[in-house]
Amino acid sequence: MAKRFSFSTAVMVLGLVFLYLPMLIMVIYSFNESRLVTVWGGFSTKWYLELLRDEQLLAAIWMSLRIAFMSATMAVVLGTLAAFVMVRFGRFRGHTLFGGMITAPLVMPEVITGLSLLLLFVSMGQMIGFPTDRGMTTVWIAHTTFCTAYVAVVVNARLREMDISIEEAAMDLGAPPVKVFFVIILPIILPALLSGWLLAFTLSLDDLVIASFVSGPGSTTLPMVVFSSVRLGVSPKINALATLIILTVSLFVFIAWWFARRVEQRAQQQLDPPEQPAGASG
Amino acid sequence: MLAITQRLPQPRNWVTAIPFFWLLLFFMVPFAIVLQISFAESEIAIPPYSSIVSIEDEMLSFNLNLGNFLMLLEDDLYLVAYLSSLKIALVSTLICLLIGYPMAYAIARAEPRVRNVLLMLVVLPSWTSFLIRVYAWIGILKNNGLLNNLLIWLGVTDEPIHMLHSDIAVYVGIVYAYLPFMILPLYANLLKLDNSLLEAAADLGAGSLRTFFSVTLPQTKAGIIAGAMLVFIPVVGEFVIPELLGSPSTLMIGKVLWQEFFNNRDWPVAAAVAIVMLSLLLIPITLFNRYQLKEMEAR
Repeated sequence: MAKRFSFSTAVMVLGLVFLYLPMLIMVIYSFNESRLVTVWGGFSTKWYLELLRDEQLLAAIWMSLRIAFMSATMAVVLGTLAAFVMVRFGRFRGHTLFGGMITAPLVMPEVITGLSLLLLFVSMGQMIGFPTDRGMTTVWIAHTTFCTAYVAVVVNARLREMDISIEEAAMDLGAPPVKVFFVIILPIILPALLSGWLLAFTLSLDDLVIASFVSGPGSTTLPMVVFSSVRLGVSPKINALATLIILTVSLFVFIAWWFARRVEQRAQQQLDPPEQPAGASG
Repeated sequence: MLAITQRLPQPRNWVTAIPFFWLLLFFMVPFAIVLQISFAESEIAIPPYSSIVSIEDEMLSFNLNLGNFLMLLEDDLYLVAYLSSLKIALVSTLICLLIGYPMAYAIARAEPRVRNVLLMLVVLPSWTSFLIRVYAWIGILKNNGLLNNLLIWLGVTDEPIHMLHSDIAVYVGIVYAYLPFMILPLYANLLKLDNSLLEAAADLGAGSLRTFFSVTLPQTKAGIIAGAMLVFIPVVGEFVIPELLGSPSTLMIGKVLWQEFFNNRDWPVAAAVAIVMLSLLLIPITLFNRYQLKEMEAR
Protein backbone atom coordinates (compact mmCIF):
# COMPACT_ATOMS: atom_id res chain seq x y z
CA MET A 1 0.00 0.00 0.00
CA ALA A 2 1.44 3.34 -1.00
CA LYS A 3 2.20 5.73 1.82
CA ARG A 4 0.23 8.90 1.49
CA PHE A 5 -0.60 11.69 3.81
CA SER A 6 -4.26 11.26 4.54
CA PHE A 7 -6.78 13.20 6.60
CA SER A 8 -6.81 10.55 9.32
CA THR A 9 -3.02 10.59 9.66
CA ALA A 10 -3.09 14.37 10.05
CA VAL A 11 -5.75 14.15 12.78
CA MET A 12 -3.75 11.42 14.50
CA VAL A 13 -0.58 13.51 14.59
CA LEU A 14 -2.48 16.56 15.86
CA GLY A 15 -4.30 14.40 18.39
CA LEU A 16 -1.05 13.02 19.76
CA VAL A 17 0.37 16.54 20.00
CA PHE A 18 -2.79 17.55 21.88
CA LEU A 19 -2.33 14.61 24.27
CA TYR A 20 1.35 15.18 24.94
CA LEU A 21 1.92 18.96 24.76
CA PRO A 22 0.32 19.78 28.14
CA MET A 23 2.32 17.04 29.83
CA LEU A 24 5.52 18.22 28.17
CA ILE A 25 4.88 21.79 29.32
CA MET A 26 4.38 20.53 32.87
CA VAL A 27 7.68 18.64 32.76
CA ILE A 28 9.57 21.69 31.43
CA TYR A 29 8.10 24.05 34.01
CA SER A 30 8.91 21.70 36.87
CA PHE A 31 12.55 22.79 36.36
CA ASN A 32 11.61 26.46 36.52
CA GLU A 33 13.42 28.54 39.13
CA SER A 34 10.55 31.04 39.38
CA ARG A 35 7.55 30.46 41.60
CA LEU A 36 5.41 32.05 38.91
CA VAL A 37 4.57 29.06 36.83
CA THR A 38 4.26 30.96 33.57
CA VAL A 39 7.45 33.00 33.74
CA TRP A 40 10.72 31.24 32.99
CA GLY A 41 13.26 32.12 35.67
CA GLY A 42 16.08 29.76 34.83
CA PHE A 43 16.80 26.07 35.37
CA SER A 44 16.47 24.70 38.86
CA THR A 45 15.75 21.43 40.65
CA LYS A 46 14.68 23.10 43.87
CA TRP A 47 11.04 22.07 43.57
CA TYR A 48 12.10 18.44 43.62
CA LEU A 49 14.00 19.03 46.85
CA GLU A 50 11.01 20.84 48.28
CA LEU A 51 8.88 17.84 47.32
CA LEU A 52 11.16 15.57 49.36
CA ARG A 53 10.79 17.85 52.38
CA ASP A 54 6.98 17.84 52.30
CA GLU A 55 6.15 15.44 55.13
CA GLN A 56 2.40 15.47 54.50
CA LEU A 57 2.87 14.66 50.85
CA LEU A 58 5.35 11.85 51.53
CA ALA A 59 2.99 10.31 54.09
CA ALA A 60 0.17 10.47 51.53
CA ILE A 61 2.36 8.83 48.87
CA TRP A 62 3.21 5.99 51.26
CA MET A 63 -0.46 5.56 52.17
CA SER A 64 -1.50 5.52 48.50
CA LEU A 65 1.19 3.02 47.55
CA ARG A 66 0.13 0.62 50.31
CA ILE A 67 -3.56 0.88 49.42
CA ALA A 68 -2.80 0.48 45.70
CA PHE A 69 -0.66 -2.61 46.36
CA MET A 70 -3.32 -4.31 48.45
CA SER A 71 -6.21 -3.31 46.18
CA ALA A 72 -4.42 -4.44 43.02
CA THR A 73 -3.53 -7.79 44.59
CA MET A 74 -7.07 -8.50 45.79
CA ALA A 75 -8.54 -7.22 42.51
CA VAL A 76 -6.35 -9.65 40.54
CA VAL A 77 -7.65 -12.58 42.62
CA LEU A 78 -11.31 -11.56 42.29
CA GLY A 79 -11.01 -10.35 38.70
CA THR A 80 -9.32 -13.54 37.53
CA LEU A 81 -11.99 -15.69 39.16
CA ALA A 82 -14.68 -13.50 37.58
CA ALA A 83 -13.09 -13.68 34.12
CA PHE A 84 -12.82 -17.45 34.49
CA VAL A 85 -16.48 -17.76 35.38
CA MET A 86 -17.49 -15.70 32.36
CA VAL A 87 -15.34 -17.52 29.81
CA ARG A 88 -15.45 -21.12 30.99
CA PHE A 89 -18.58 -21.74 33.04
CA GLY A 90 -21.31 -20.90 30.56
CA ARG A 91 -24.72 -19.78 31.77
CA PHE A 92 -25.81 -20.14 35.37
CA ARG A 93 -28.46 -18.64 37.60
CA GLY A 94 -27.59 -14.98 38.11
CA HIS A 95 -25.44 -14.97 34.98
CA THR A 96 -26.89 -11.71 33.67
CA LEU A 97 -26.56 -10.01 37.05
CA PHE A 98 -22.97 -11.23 37.30
CA GLY A 99 -22.14 -9.83 33.87
CA GLY A 100 -23.74 -6.51 34.75
CA MET A 101 -21.74 -6.27 37.96
CA ILE A 102 -18.52 -6.81 36.01
CA THR A 103 -19.19 -4.24 33.30
CA ALA A 104 -21.13 -1.47 35.08
CA PRO A 105 -18.24 -0.39 37.37
CA LEU A 106 -16.25 0.49 34.23
CA VAL A 107 -18.57 3.41 33.45
CA MET A 108 -20.28 4.18 36.77
CA PRO A 109 -19.73 7.86 37.69
CA GLU A 110 -17.32 8.00 40.60
CA VAL A 111 -19.50 10.26 42.74
CA ILE A 112 -22.22 7.58 42.71
CA THR A 113 -19.82 4.74 43.54
CA GLY A 114 -18.20 6.80 46.29
CA LEU A 115 -21.43 7.93 47.91
CA SER A 116 -23.06 4.51 47.74
CA LEU A 117 -20.07 2.73 49.28
CA LEU A 118 -19.83 5.29 52.05
CA LEU A 119 -23.51 4.84 52.88
CA LEU A 120 -22.99 1.06 52.85
CA PHE A 121 -20.06 1.31 55.26
CA VAL A 122 -22.00 3.60 57.60
CA SER A 123 -25.03 1.27 57.58
CA MET A 124 -22.85 -1.80 58.06
CA GLY A 125 -21.08 -0.11 60.95
CA GLN A 126 -24.44 0.57 62.60
CA MET A 127 -25.81 -2.91 62.03
CA ILE A 128 -22.90 -5.30 62.48
CA GLY A 129 -20.22 -3.05 63.95
CA PHE A 130 -17.91 -3.43 60.97
CA PRO A 131 -16.23 -1.34 59.68
CA THR A 132 -16.00 0.62 62.92
CA ASP A 133 -14.26 3.54 61.26
CA ARG A 134 -13.45 4.77 57.84
CA GLY A 135 -9.84 4.40 56.89
CA MET A 136 -7.44 2.24 54.95
CA THR A 137 -9.71 -0.82 55.03
CA THR A 138 -12.70 0.98 53.56
CA VAL A 139 -10.58 2.58 50.81
CA TRP A 140 -9.08 -0.84 50.10
CA ILE A 141 -12.53 -2.45 49.75
CA ALA A 142 -13.74 0.40 47.51
CA HIS A 143 -10.70 0.29 45.24
CA THR A 144 -10.70 -3.50 45.05
CA THR A 145 -14.32 -3.43 43.93
CA PHE A 146 -13.92 -1.11 40.95
CA CYS A 147 -10.47 -2.49 40.00
CA THR A 148 -11.89 -6.03 39.89
CA ALA A 149 -13.95 -5.07 36.85
CA TYR A 150 -10.89 -3.79 34.97
CA VAL A 151 -8.84 -6.87 35.82
CA ALA A 152 -11.72 -9.09 34.71
CA VAL A 153 -11.77 -7.40 31.30
CA VAL A 154 -8.01 -7.76 30.81
CA VAL A 155 -7.85 -11.40 31.94
CA ASN A 156 -11.02 -12.26 30.03
CA ALA A 157 -9.40 -11.16 26.75
CA ARG A 158 -6.40 -13.42 27.39
CA LEU A 159 -8.52 -16.42 28.42
CA ARG A 160 -10.57 -16.15 25.25
CA GLU A 161 -7.59 -16.29 22.93
CA MET A 162 -6.06 -19.18 24.87
CA ASP A 163 -6.02 -22.60 23.25
CA ILE A 164 -8.51 -24.68 25.25
CA SER A 165 -7.22 -28.02 23.90
CA ILE A 166 -4.12 -28.07 26.18
CA GLU A 167 -6.38 -27.67 29.15
CA GLU A 168 -8.70 -30.41 27.91
CA ALA A 169 -5.76 -32.73 27.26
CA ALA A 170 -4.55 -32.31 30.83
CA MET A 171 -8.05 -32.99 32.14
CA ASP A 172 -8.34 -36.09 29.95
CA LEU A 173 -5.05 -37.34 31.35
CA GLY A 174 -6.62 -37.12 34.80
CA ALA A 175 -5.18 -33.93 36.22
CA PRO A 176 -7.44 -32.46 38.90
CA PRO A 177 -8.93 -29.02 38.02
CA VAL A 178 -6.89 -27.20 40.65
CA LYS A 179 -3.68 -28.65 39.24
CA VAL A 180 -4.74 -27.81 35.69
CA PHE A 181 -5.32 -24.24 36.79
CA PHE A 182 -1.96 -23.77 38.49
CA VAL A 183 0.22 -25.78 36.10
CA ILE A 184 -1.37 -25.07 32.72
CA ILE A 185 -3.65 -22.04 32.80
CA LEU A 186 -1.82 -19.78 35.23
CA PRO A 187 1.50 -19.64 33.32
CA ILE A 188 -0.37 -18.84 30.10
CA ILE A 189 -2.46 -16.03 31.55
CA LEU A 190 0.36 -14.67 33.74
CA PRO A 191 1.16 -11.70 31.44
CA ALA A 192 -2.52 -10.69 31.59
CA LEU A 193 -2.50 -10.99 35.39
CA LEU A 194 0.56 -8.77 35.49
CA SER A 195 -0.91 -6.09 33.25
CA GLY A 196 -4.22 -6.35 35.13
CA TRP A 197 -2.35 -5.86 38.40
CA LEU A 198 -0.48 -2.83 37.04
CA LEU A 199 -3.69 -1.32 35.66
CA ALA A 200 -5.44 -1.82 39.00
CA PHE A 201 -2.42 -0.38 40.82
CA THR A 202 -2.41 2.82 38.76
CA LEU A 203 -6.22 3.15 38.98
CA SER A 204 -6.11 2.90 42.75
CA LEU A 205 -3.16 5.29 42.98
CA ASP A 206 -5.04 7.82 40.86
CA ASP A 207 -8.48 7.76 42.47
CA LEU A 208 -9.57 11.00 44.12
CA VAL A 209 -13.37 10.94 44.22
CA ILE A 210 -14.11 7.51 45.69
CA ALA A 211 -11.29 7.80 48.24
CA SER A 212 -12.60 11.22 49.34
CA PHE A 213 -15.94 9.63 50.22
CA VAL A 214 -14.73 6.50 51.99
CA SER A 215 -11.48 7.54 53.67
CA GLY A 216 -11.16 8.71 57.25
CA PRO A 217 -8.97 11.30 58.96
CA GLY A 218 -5.93 9.01 59.15
CA SER A 219 -6.00 7.78 55.58
CA THR A 220 -5.41 10.77 53.32
CA THR A 221 -4.24 9.54 49.93
CA LEU A 222 -1.94 11.28 47.46
CA PRO A 223 -4.67 12.52 45.07
CA MET A 224 -6.49 14.06 48.04
CA VAL A 225 -3.38 16.06 49.01
CA VAL A 226 -2.72 17.04 45.38
CA PHE A 227 -6.34 18.10 44.93
CA SER A 228 -6.42 20.37 47.96
CA SER A 229 -3.18 22.00 46.80
CA VAL A 230 -4.32 22.31 43.17
CA ARG A 231 -7.58 23.98 44.25
CA LEU A 232 -5.48 26.88 45.53
CA GLY A 233 -3.83 27.30 42.14
CA VAL A 234 -0.82 26.18 40.17
CA SER A 235 2.27 25.25 42.15
CA PRO A 236 5.70 24.31 40.79
CA LYS A 237 5.92 21.55 43.40
CA ILE A 238 2.93 19.80 41.82
CA ASN A 239 4.67 20.14 38.44
CA ALA A 240 7.66 18.33 39.92
CA LEU A 241 5.42 15.60 41.29
CA ALA A 242 3.66 15.31 37.92
CA THR A 243 7.01 14.93 36.18
CA LEU A 244 8.03 12.12 38.53
CA ILE A 245 4.70 10.34 37.94
CA ILE A 246 4.94 10.73 34.16
CA LEU A 247 8.53 9.48 34.10
CA THR A 248 7.78 6.47 36.31
CA VAL A 249 4.75 5.44 34.28
CA SER A 250 6.56 5.92 30.95
CA LEU A 251 9.48 3.85 32.18
CA PHE A 252 7.20 1.00 33.30
CA VAL A 253 5.16 1.07 30.11
CA PHE A 254 8.32 1.11 28.02
CA ILE A 255 9.78 -1.88 29.87
CA ALA A 256 6.50 -3.78 29.54
CA TRP A 257 6.30 -2.95 25.84
CA TRP A 258 9.93 -4.03 25.28
CA PHE A 259 9.37 -7.35 27.05
CA ALA A 260 6.17 -8.00 25.12
CA ARG A 261 8.01 -7.33 21.89
CA ARG A 262 10.83 -9.72 22.80
CA VAL A 263 8.38 -12.47 23.70
CA GLU A 264 6.61 -11.90 20.39
CA GLN A 265 9.85 -11.99 18.43
CA ARG A 266 10.95 -15.21 20.12
CA ALA A 267 7.59 -16.81 19.33
CA GLN A 268 7.96 -15.62 15.75
CA GLN A 269 11.45 -17.15 15.51
CA GLN A 270 10.15 -20.47 16.77
CA LEU A 271 7.37 -20.44 14.21
CA ASP A 272 9.66 -19.51 11.32
CA PRO A 273 11.44 -22.34 9.51
CA PRO A 274 15.15 -22.38 10.51
CA GLU A 275 16.54 -21.64 7.03
CA GLN A 276 14.88 -18.24 7.00
CA PRO A 277 17.01 -15.54 8.61
CA ALA A 278 15.47 -14.49 11.90
CA GLY A 279 13.78 -11.10 12.05
CA ALA A 280 13.60 -10.79 8.28
CA SER A 281 9.84 -10.83 8.25
CA GLY A 282 9.57 -7.99 10.79
CA MET B 1 -23.88 -41.06 50.05
CA LEU B 2 -24.19 -39.88 46.50
CA ALA B 3 -26.89 -37.41 47.41
CA ILE B 4 -24.70 -35.81 50.04
CA THR B 5 -21.72 -35.35 47.74
CA GLN B 6 -24.03 -33.94 45.12
CA ARG B 7 -25.45 -31.46 47.52
CA LEU B 8 -22.04 -30.30 48.68
CA PRO B 9 -21.00 -27.15 46.89
CA GLN B 10 -18.88 -27.98 43.91
CA PRO B 11 -15.56 -26.19 43.49
CA ARG B 12 -16.89 -24.29 40.50
CA ASN B 13 -19.70 -22.91 42.62
CA TRP B 14 -17.13 -21.56 45.05
CA VAL B 15 -15.16 -20.03 42.21
CA THR B 16 -18.33 -18.25 41.12
CA ALA B 17 -19.48 -17.37 44.62
CA ILE B 18 -16.40 -15.43 45.75
CA PRO B 19 -16.42 -12.65 43.11
CA PHE B 20 -20.22 -12.82 42.89
CA PHE B 21 -20.85 -12.06 46.53
CA TRP B 22 -18.05 -9.50 46.77
CA LEU B 23 -19.59 -7.51 43.91
CA LEU B 24 -23.11 -8.07 45.19
CA LEU B 25 -22.20 -6.70 48.61
CA PHE B 26 -19.96 -3.84 47.53
CA PHE B 27 -21.53 -2.85 44.23
CA MET B 28 -25.24 -3.75 44.18
CA VAL B 29 -26.33 -3.59 47.83
CA PRO B 30 -24.95 -0.02 48.18
CA PHE B 31 -27.48 1.17 45.58
CA ALA B 32 -30.33 -0.23 47.70
CA ILE B 33 -28.95 1.67 50.69
CA VAL B 34 -28.67 4.89 48.67
CA LEU B 35 -32.31 4.43 47.64
CA GLN B 36 -33.31 3.87 51.25
CA ILE B 37 -31.45 6.95 52.52
CA SER B 38 -32.85 9.12 49.73
CA PHE B 39 -36.21 8.70 51.53
CA ALA B 40 -34.78 9.69 54.90
CA GLU B 41 -34.72 13.11 56.51
CA SER B 42 -31.60 15.09 57.20
CA GLU B 43 -30.80 15.28 60.92
CA ILE B 44 -28.03 16.68 63.06
CA ALA B 45 -26.80 13.35 64.31
CA ILE B 46 -24.31 10.62 63.57
CA PRO B 47 -25.03 9.44 60.89
CA PRO B 48 -26.80 12.63 59.75
CA TYR B 49 -30.13 11.15 58.62
CA SER B 50 -33.29 9.76 60.15
CA SER B 51 -34.14 6.10 60.15
CA ILE B 52 -36.95 5.28 57.77
CA VAL B 53 -38.03 2.29 59.84
CA SER B 54 -39.17 2.93 63.36
CA ILE B 55 -40.91 0.98 66.08
CA GLU B 56 -43.33 3.03 68.14
CA ASP B 57 -45.92 1.60 70.54
CA GLU B 58 -45.07 -1.88 69.26
CA MET B 59 -45.94 -0.73 65.78
CA LEU B 60 -43.47 -1.07 62.96
CA SER B 61 -43.76 1.97 60.75
CA PHE B 62 -42.03 3.10 57.60
CA ASN B 63 -41.50 6.82 57.22
CA LEU B 64 -40.92 7.43 53.56
CA ASN B 65 -40.05 11.06 53.10
CA LEU B 66 -40.49 12.24 49.52
CA GLY B 67 -39.25 15.72 50.41
CA ASN B 68 -35.80 15.24 48.90
CA PHE B 69 -37.19 14.29 45.51
CA LEU B 70 -39.78 17.09 45.63
CA MET B 71 -36.97 19.52 46.36
CA LEU B 72 -35.06 18.33 43.30
CA LEU B 73 -38.18 19.11 41.26
CA GLU B 74 -38.92 22.47 42.86
CA ASP B 75 -35.46 23.98 42.96
CA ASP B 76 -34.34 25.01 39.49
CA LEU B 77 -30.70 24.49 40.42
CA TYR B 78 -30.97 20.72 40.21
CA LEU B 79 -32.93 20.63 36.97
CA VAL B 80 -30.46 23.03 35.35
CA ALA B 81 -27.53 20.99 36.66
CA TYR B 82 -28.97 17.73 35.24
CA LEU B 83 -29.69 19.30 31.87
CA SER B 84 -26.32 21.02 31.60
CA SER B 85 -24.48 17.81 32.61
CA LEU B 86 -26.31 15.91 29.88
CA LYS B 87 -25.54 18.65 27.37
CA ILE B 88 -21.85 18.88 28.28
CA ALA B 89 -21.52 15.09 28.20
CA LEU B 90 -23.28 14.85 24.83
CA VAL B 91 -21.23 17.59 23.17
CA SER B 92 -17.90 16.34 24.52
CA THR B 93 -18.75 12.78 23.46
CA LEU B 94 -19.36 14.06 19.92
CA ILE B 95 -16.07 16.01 19.93
CA CYS B 96 -14.22 12.92 21.20
CA LEU B 97 -15.82 10.88 18.43
CA LEU B 98 -14.87 13.41 15.75
CA ILE B 99 -11.24 13.47 16.89
CA GLY B 100 -11.03 9.86 18.06
CA TYR B 101 -12.45 8.16 14.99
CA PRO B 102 -9.83 9.43 12.50
CA MET B 103 -7.11 8.73 15.07
CA ALA B 104 -8.29 5.16 15.63
CA TYR B 105 -8.62 4.73 11.87
CA ALA B 106 -5.07 5.93 11.22
CA ILE B 107 -3.69 3.66 13.94
CA ALA B 108 -5.59 0.61 12.71
CA ARG B 109 -4.37 1.22 9.14
CA ALA B 110 -0.72 1.69 10.12
CA GLU B 111 1.71 -1.19 9.66
CA PRO B 112 1.77 -3.58 12.63
CA ARG B 113 5.02 -2.39 14.17
CA VAL B 114 4.10 1.30 14.04
CA ARG B 115 0.58 0.42 15.15
CA ASN B 116 1.72 -0.95 18.50
CA VAL B 117 3.84 2.12 19.22
CA LEU B 118 0.97 4.45 18.32
CA LEU B 119 -1.47 2.49 20.46
CA MET B 120 0.96 2.68 23.37
CA LEU B 121 1.23 6.45 22.87
CA VAL B 122 -2.55 6.79 23.08
CA VAL B 123 -2.89 4.63 26.18
CA LEU B 124 0.11 5.96 28.10
CA PRO B 125 -1.47 9.28 29.21
CA SER B 126 -4.39 7.46 30.82
CA TRP B 127 -1.92 5.47 32.94
CA THR B 128 -0.50 8.68 34.40
CA SER B 129 -2.59 10.69 36.81
CA PHE B 130 -6.02 11.93 35.67
CA LEU B 131 -5.94 14.70 38.26
CA ILE B 132 -2.55 15.94 37.14
CA ARG B 133 -3.52 15.91 33.47
CA VAL B 134 -6.53 18.09 34.26
CA TYR B 135 -4.30 20.33 36.38
CA ALA B 136 -1.90 20.80 33.45
CA TRP B 137 -4.58 22.85 31.70
CA ILE B 138 -4.80 25.40 34.52
CA GLY B 139 -1.28 26.64 33.71
CA ILE B 140 -2.09 26.77 30.01
CA LEU B 141 -5.52 28.43 30.12
CA LYS B 142 -4.99 30.97 32.92
CA ASN B 143 -5.31 34.69 32.15
CA ASN B 144 -1.53 35.05 32.43
CA GLY B 145 -1.06 31.47 31.25
CA LEU B 146 0.93 30.07 28.37
CA LEU B 147 -1.79 30.17 25.74
CA ASN B 148 -2.66 33.82 26.45
CA ASN B 149 1.03 34.78 26.46
CA LEU B 150 1.40 33.05 23.10
CA LEU B 151 -1.67 34.79 21.64
CA ILE B 152 -0.49 38.20 22.85
CA TRP B 153 3.00 37.56 21.49
CA LEU B 154 1.53 36.56 18.12
CA GLY B 155 -0.51 39.75 18.14
CA VAL B 156 -3.83 37.89 17.93
CA THR B 157 -5.12 39.74 20.95
CA ASP B 158 -4.06 42.70 23.08
CA GLU B 159 -5.40 41.58 26.41
CA PRO B 160 -5.76 38.08 27.79
CA ILE B 161 -8.85 36.13 26.74
CA HIS B 162 -10.72 34.65 29.68
CA MET B 163 -10.48 30.90 29.19
CA LEU B 164 -9.88 29.20 32.54
CA HIS B 165 -12.99 28.87 34.72
CA SER B 166 -15.32 28.81 31.75
CA ASP B 167 -17.38 26.18 29.94
CA ILE B 168 -14.77 26.08 27.16
CA ALA B 169 -12.12 25.00 29.66
CA VAL B 170 -14.46 22.25 30.88
CA TYR B 171 -14.90 20.95 27.32
CA VAL B 172 -11.15 21.05 26.68
CA GLY B 173 -10.45 19.20 29.93
CA ILE B 174 -13.09 16.53 29.29
CA VAL B 175 -12.01 15.86 25.71
CA TYR B 176 -8.37 15.76 26.81
CA ALA B 177 -9.00 13.33 29.67
CA TYR B 178 -11.50 11.03 27.94
CA LEU B 179 -10.15 10.86 24.37
CA PRO B 180 -8.17 7.61 24.95
CA PHE B 181 -11.35 5.86 26.17
CA MET B 182 -13.03 6.71 22.87
CA ILE B 183 -10.08 5.59 20.74
CA LEU B 184 -9.54 2.14 22.28
CA PRO B 185 -12.87 0.44 21.43
CA LEU B 186 -12.95 2.15 18.03
CA TYR B 187 -9.47 0.85 17.29
CA ALA B 188 -10.38 -2.69 18.35
CA ASN B 189 -13.40 -2.52 16.07
CA LEU B 190 -11.59 -0.99 13.08
CA LEU B 191 -8.88 -3.64 13.31
CA LYS B 192 -11.47 -6.32 12.58
CA LEU B 193 -12.75 -4.43 9.55
CA ASP B 194 -13.23 -6.71 6.58
CA ASN B 195 -10.83 -5.46 3.90
CA SER B 196 -12.47 -7.43 1.11
CA LEU B 197 -15.63 -5.36 1.55
CA LEU B 198 -13.63 -2.16 1.10
CA GLU B 199 -12.01 -3.58 -2.03
CA ALA B 200 -15.39 -4.67 -3.35
CA ALA B 201 -16.76 -1.19 -2.82
CA ALA B 202 -13.76 0.31 -4.63
CA ASP B 203 -14.10 -2.19 -7.49
CA LEU B 204 -17.75 -1.26 -7.87
CA GLY B 205 -16.69 2.33 -8.29
CA ALA B 206 -17.59 3.83 -4.92
CA GLY B 207 -15.56 6.90 -3.97
CA SER B 208 -13.62 6.91 -0.74
CA LEU B 209 -16.19 9.05 1.07
CA ARG B 210 -19.04 6.87 -0.08
CA THR B 211 -17.13 3.72 0.90
CA PHE B 212 -16.53 5.20 4.32
CA PHE B 213 -20.17 6.09 4.96
CA SER B 214 -21.75 2.97 3.50
CA VAL B 215 -19.16 0.29 4.37
CA THR B 216 -16.73 1.36 7.11
CA LEU B 217 -19.03 3.36 9.37
CA PRO B 218 -21.86 0.78 9.64
CA GLN B 219 -19.33 -1.96 10.43
CA THR B 220 -17.94 0.01 13.36
CA LYS B 221 -21.28 0.77 14.98
CA ALA B 222 -20.46 -1.39 18.02
CA GLY B 223 -17.14 0.40 18.59
CA ILE B 224 -18.82 3.79 18.29
CA ILE B 225 -21.47 2.85 20.85
CA ALA B 226 -18.89 1.45 23.29
CA GLY B 227 -16.58 4.45 22.95
CA ALA B 228 -19.47 6.91 23.26
CA MET B 229 -20.77 5.20 26.42
CA LEU B 230 -17.28 5.04 27.97
CA VAL B 231 -17.12 8.83 27.59
CA PHE B 232 -20.75 9.90 28.05
CA ILE B 233 -21.68 8.02 31.23
CA PRO B 234 -18.72 8.99 33.46
CA VAL B 235 -18.76 12.57 32.14
CA VAL B 236 -22.39 13.08 33.24
CA GLY B 237 -21.21 12.56 36.82
CA GLU B 238 -17.83 14.25 36.40
CA PHE B 239 -16.66 16.26 39.42
CA VAL B 240 -12.92 16.98 39.13
CA ILE B 241 -12.98 18.73 35.74
CA PRO B 242 -15.84 21.22 36.38
CA GLU B 243 -14.42 21.86 39.84
CA LEU B 244 -10.89 22.71 38.64
CA LEU B 245 -11.52 24.17 35.18
CA GLY B 246 -15.14 25.35 35.29
CA SER B 247 -16.56 28.61 36.58
CA PRO B 248 -18.63 28.69 39.78
CA SER B 249 -21.66 28.94 37.52
CA THR B 250 -20.74 25.78 35.57
CA LEU B 251 -23.41 23.52 36.97
CA MET B 252 -22.76 19.83 36.70
CA ILE B 253 -24.65 17.29 38.73
CA GLY B 254 -21.50 15.54 40.01
CA LYS B 255 -20.37 18.83 41.52
CA VAL B 256 -23.82 19.42 43.02
CA LEU B 257 -23.79 15.96 44.63
CA TRP B 258 -20.32 16.59 46.04
CA GLN B 259 -21.38 19.94 47.52
CA GLU B 260 -24.57 18.50 49.03
CA PHE B 261 -22.51 15.81 50.69
CA PHE B 262 -19.32 17.57 51.74
CA ASN B 263 -20.37 21.23 52.11
CA ASN B 264 -24.03 21.02 53.18
CA ARG B 265 -23.64 17.62 54.87
CA ASP B 266 -27.11 16.74 53.59
CA TRP B 267 -26.71 13.03 52.95
CA PRO B 268 -30.36 12.28 52.06
CA VAL B 269 -30.43 14.98 49.36
CA ALA B 270 -27.07 13.76 48.00
CA ALA B 271 -28.59 10.25 47.90
CA ALA B 272 -31.66 11.52 46.03
CA VAL B 273 -29.42 13.36 43.55
CA ALA B 274 -27.53 10.09 42.99
CA ILE B 275 -30.73 8.07 42.50
CA VAL B 276 -32.07 10.48 39.86
CA MET B 277 -28.67 10.55 38.09
CA LEU B 278 -28.57 6.76 38.12
CA SER B 279 -32.04 6.47 36.63
CA LEU B 280 -31.10 8.93 33.87
CA LEU B 281 -28.06 6.78 33.10
CA LEU B 282 -29.87 3.46 33.27
CA ILE B 283 -30.41 3.17 29.51
CA PRO B 284 -26.84 4.16 28.51
CA ILE B 285 -25.40 1.78 31.13
CA THR B 286 -27.58 -1.08 29.89
CA LEU B 287 -26.48 -0.32 26.34
CA PHE B 288 -22.83 -0.40 27.40
CA ASN B 289 -23.29 -3.62 29.40
CA ARG B 290 -24.82 -5.35 26.44
CA TYR B 291 -21.95 -4.37 24.14
CA GLN B 292 -19.24 -5.19 26.68
CA LEU B 293 -20.75 -8.59 27.53
CA LYS B 294 -21.04 -9.51 23.87
CA GLU B 295 -17.39 -8.59 23.53
CA MET B 296 -16.39 -10.59 26.61
CA GLU B 297 -18.37 -13.70 25.76
CA ALA B 298 -17.53 -13.87 22.07
CA ARG B 299 -15.21 -16.66 21.11
